[in-house]
Amino acid sequence: MIAVEVKNLVKNYGSTEAVKGVSFNVDNGEIFGLIGPNGAGKTTALRVISTLLQITSGSVNILGFDLRKKPDEIRKLISYLPEDAGAYKNLTGRAYLRFIANFFGKNTQDIVSLGIEIANLGDRIDDKVDTYSKGMKRRLLVGRALMINPKLAILDEPTSGLDVVNAQEIRKIIKNTAIEGTAVLLSSHNMLEVEYLCDRIALIADGKIIEEGKPKFLMDKYSANNIEEVFVKVVK
Amino acid sequence: MSALGNIIKKELKELLTPSTILPVIIIALLFGTIGSSMEGIQEGFQEEPVLGYINEDDNNLSSIATSYLDNNSDIVFKSFDISDKQYGLEQVKQKEGLALIVIKENFSRDILNDSRGEIEVYWIMKGAGILDSISSEFTERIIGSLGSEISKFLIENNTTVNASIALWPTSRLDTTYFKDRVIELSPGTIAGMLSSQSTFIPIVIMMLIIFAGQMIISSMAMEKENKTLETLLTLPVKRTSIVTGKIAASASIGLLFAVIYMFGMRNYFQGFQMSGQLNLADYDLILTSQDFILVGISLFITLISALALCMLLGTFAKNYKSAQTLVFPVTMLAMIPMFITMFVDFDTLPLALKGFLFAIPFSHPMMAPRALIFNDYLLVIGGIIYVSIFAAVMIMLVVWVFKTDRLLTGSVKRYKFSIFRKRT
Repeated sequence: MIAVEVKNLVKNYGSTEAVKGVSFNVDNGEIFGLIGPNGAGKTTALRVISTLLQITSGSVNILGFDLRKKPDEIRKLISYLPEDAGAYKNLTGRAYLRFIANFFGKNTQDIVSLGIEIANLGDRIDDKVDTYSKGMKRRLLVGRALMINPKLAILDEPTSGLDVVNAQEIRKIIKNTAIEGTAVLLSSHNMLEVEYLCDRIALIADGKIIEEGKPKFLMDKYSANNIEEVFVKVVK
Repeated sequence: MSALGNIIKKELKELLTPSTILPVIIIALLFGTIGSSMEGIQEGFQEEPVLGYINEDDNNLSSIATSYLDNNSDIVFKSFDISDKQYGLEQVKQKEGLALIVIKENFSRDILNDSRGEIEVYWIMKGAGILDSISSEFTERIIGSLGSEISKFLIENNTTVNASIALWPTSRLDTTYFKDRVIELSPGTIAGMLSSQSTFIPIVIMMLIIFAGQMIISSMAMEKENKTLETLLTLPVKRTSIVTGKIAASASIGLLFAVIYMFGMRNYFQGFQMSGQLNLADYDLILTSQDFILVGISLFITLISALALCMLLGTFAKNYKSAQTLVFPVTMLAMIPMFITMFVDFDTLPLALKGFLFAIPFSHPMMAPRALIFNDYLLVIGGIIYVSIFAAVMIMLVVWVFKTDRLLTGSVKRYKFSIFRKRT
């Protein structure tokens, strides 16, 4: 079943066209990656899909809801992790997770427990966010994004700023989340990560999707050894 | 270009932006305007004060006094009959005069019989601001000099008057007409008693508004800088709830400020009422409990409007640094009414300036205490209604901004005024 259906999505900032007619689908339980250089329009596309920005033209349907008409319904089903997201510095990790969980109904305690498990911060979960390292903060935020078992997780550079060990741990969590049925839409600069995580990818440049398919298929198509090579060949 | 020159150029580019230059220009203009006003007022003092007098005595010593008044002031009414007093007051008032002086019957005889000659001064007080009271002080000096002129005559003519009477030959009774009230005190004394409203209250309110405003603008900026706002906006919560929640929380803090402020002000007033030789209650120059509630409402509504305005400004803040610049318009809107209400009474302002002051929402709690002492409920309640409407409009605008991309993109078109911009 299709979780996300994007058709001819256009997003302009004044006279600047950031996204120029992008179309793609993401199925339930699938990890779909948007890959592209800086300023290609990845983050803008993710921000539109996560209901943060208004659509200029085109359509986005998420889990049966039209983004223009039912953004409030969509927000109940999705979880968005911005690239440089932060948490409230004066709260402890646990209090932050509880604050977020309170927006999602009755099983607050269960949600917080799952968030703590994903974040895996040990005793530091009761310390103020202000005292966390960058990696700890990111783990808390990944925990926050996935603890609600969203139908669609939108992750902008999920392992950004993490060391190798932490990044690998987060990738495993994302993989497991998809296995449990969550559709994952992510963007990344890390081609190894993309190759490991994504079931399908779309290469985006200058606001347009220039290639789309399974990583293996694209590598064969462009006679490349990895996605990085594919990316370079496609962009050229 | 040398390394030093390169660094200086870069620093100047960063420092000389419209947001840093504009505040300095506006402050300079503001102080320039105040300076010009002061100059105008000082010129006004050099002119002779407009007075009227009734000489019931019409004898040699009272003639010395009236001659002195004729030579040193602009006399717009003269009479020898006390029954003309009401008419004389109206004449003086009509000609923007300051006082009607009545030299009592038997003035000269009393002095020559070793009693002080009586002078009654009927003051027409227009305002209780700092500048309003200066003109009456100048007139006070002229009236005080009447006695000196008579003393000079008594001493020069070797009269047998008691030395203490010769040195201080007159006694004075002051009556002031101020805002439909008759008070048995001189304008200087009344202005002194009301000085707390003139200086203390506007300063405290200005500080409250700037402090609360800075707090909420910074809070909005921090939400953006820390990227917590993006997460908040993708949660299953309506935009209106986010705005209402932020305003309600800020309003609670505002209420706390208002309560603390009211508590302090009440104690301050009570201290003034009981201290010194004069009791404000004896002259009905105090606020009732109902008045305090109205001042509290005015202050609370104003704080909400300030917070809503600041939240609107805060939506344009990109980070903490830019938030500091955005506080500036609020600071100006708090400082302008503070200066005006400190120096001049609302009633004595020209109509255009009255409209300007009324339009600034932060003026109202500054003007409310004095207005309520003189039962000007229309100004205070009208102000509360106006500020409530202003606050509602501001809140609606904030909700609208929260529903648009503007909140995240801050997409206000900016034109570069940089003097270093390259011509293409």
